Amino acid sequence: MKNILFLIFLFIVFFAKSSFALIEIDITRGNLTPLPVAVSPLHVESKSSEVLKEIKVGSEISIIIETNLLRSGLFNPLEKDSFVQKPDIAHLKPRFEDWKLIKAQALVTGKVNITNDKLKVEFRLWDVLAAKEMIALAFTTVPTNWRRVAHIISDKVYKRLTGEEGYFDTRIIYVSEEGPKNQRIKKLAIMDQDGANTKYLTLGNELVLTPRFNPTNQMVTYMSFFRNLPRVYLLDIETGVQEVVGDFPGMTFAPRFSPDGKKIIMSFAKGGNSDIFTMNLETREVEKITDHPAIDTSPSYSPDGKYICFNSDRSGYQQIYVMRSDGSDVKRITFGQGIYGTPVWSPRGDLIAFTKMYQGSFYIGVMRIDGSGERLLTENYYQEAPSWSPNGRVLIFYRETKSGSQGEGFSATLWSIDLTGYNERLIETLTDASDPSWSSLLN
Amino acid sequence: MVLRYSMRNILLVILAAFILSACAAKTTTKKIETQITGDTFTGSETVKYLATGVPDRVFFATNKSVLTTASRDTLRKQAAWLRENKSINVTVEGHADERGTREYNLALGERRANATKDYLMTYGISGDRIAVISYGKERPVNSGSSPLAWSQNRRSVTIKAN
Repeated sequence: MKNILFLIFLFIVFFAKSSFALIEIDITRGNLTPLPVAVSPLHVESKSSEVLKEIKVGSEISIIIETNLLRSGLFNPLEKDSFVQKPDIAHLKPRFEDWKLIKAQALVTGKVNITNDKLKVEFRLWDVLAAKEMIALAFTTVPTNWRRVAHIISDKVYKRLTGEEGYFDTRIIYVSEEGPKNQRIKKLAIMDQDGANTKYLTLGNELVLTPRFNPTNQMVTYMSFFRNLPRVYLLDIETGVQEVVGDFPGMTFAPRFSPDGKKIIMSFAKGGNSDIFTMNLETREVEKITDHPAIDTSPSYSPDGKYICFNSDRSGYQQIYVMRSDGSDVKRITFGQGIYGTPVWSPRGDLIAFTKMYQGSFYIGVMRIDGSGERLLTENYYQEAPSWSPNGRVLIFYRETKSGSQGEGFSATLWSIDLTGYNERLIETLTDASDPSWSSLLN
Repeated sequence: MVLRYSMRNILLVILAAFILSACAAKTTTKKIETQITGDTFTGSETVKYLATGVPDRVFFATNKSVLTTASRDTLRKQAAWLRENKSINVTVEGHADERGTREYNLALGERRANATKDYLMTYGISGDRIAVISYGKERPVNSGSSPLAWSQNRRSVTIKAN
């Protein structure tokens, strides 16, 4: 068993390696050779309610898993038309020769039933070449949660086959945009990572910007122009209760939570100068972190809470700086050509993602925390504000298009890209969208 | 002979048309060119007036909040008008163009609005009468994506608050 897993591991590493070797020759997106996987529709047991069968929940769950795996860029889900075995029999004991024949290397099977208003989903992951079971798990939940079950299964499969935590059972908070460019209506919106279950958290009566989750995903901090007083707010997603947290005589903006969720770090602008402050949410104690006549903004903590990266124009132009969380030991880390903004510390702690502006183009890139090893992942007319997937493998950001003289052709959309610079994808949203922020894993 | 004359006439007409069209093209380019000096908008398009002869806005160069000579002239007119109209309070809105990151632009708009406020204060207007708000890149006055549009959007606008 161990040997076989090691082989699979080697297989993944091998293909990952070969993709690095290809970088200089071929810049097409997602040319990594993905692992062929068959996701059998989940068998719906006959005693289940008619409703469950009507929405074809077994087949729907398998499609969600396939879509998640496909969009990660690491897997190639095979066409269901080529599947020979029936879902219920495959789930009991796959005929591995059949699956080998269609070149599947991994197989996902499962079954679903409803008893006493509880949805029970069972799934198994099989190693086709070794003819062995790799995972067997069962989940019981309320029937309306069936999409989440599909995401949790996707995370289990991803983790088992890549060795890394997944990021499918997550949500994205963003700003939904509508209306003409000079009078945009903006609302806070939240959706599942795959674009399902969109909900609006504000009505669009006032301008809202830059929402970010707290570590437990129950609270959001954002900026609102409510009553023409631009301030940092706190919103409880479940109760809908909103409160001002940065009610200083001036503008508060660019908020983010500390990794322990106890503080909000933000910029406070007054008299033409922006500095960085923290507010303790329990004691309401305010601490000034930077004190400089230049603009200091876009602060982001390291995952251990010991450091802060931020954006400052103290050198004359926007550059990225790192300091201790008490504001001491400030070091500039960007010295490349162009100007830099929106630094965000990776959840793994080893990288900082940023926006770079150079010769009329906007880039999303990553660098080590000392500023070395800069890699630009994507170039565009306008894009900014990267946010990390909880496993630190994918970045989500937004793009705006160039518009005509009357604002025609303008759009704002969400995109994701792999840390490798491959697998760039549009994230579909119901309206135009900007300022995305990725939650941590919900399970 | 006749043929030659008509040929020459045709040539003249073509030549004249060519010169005219060249002129037209030249004046349009010239018009746009004179609207931006260096990187700062100096035209009158988009400008509104607080009162006769008192423009409501000043323009800035990319990433800058320095007031140009023309801007200072405009703000002295605003200050004079505010001295005469003591009951009126104003809000100065600071704006940035779309070619920057959102958060930095909010700070930049605030810096521009305060540069305007500070100048009005040096000409005797009490700071209590001047509120300041930054919209960053959120409220462009020109929705286009061109150097002209961006130059018109890098602005601070003084509006009556009461």
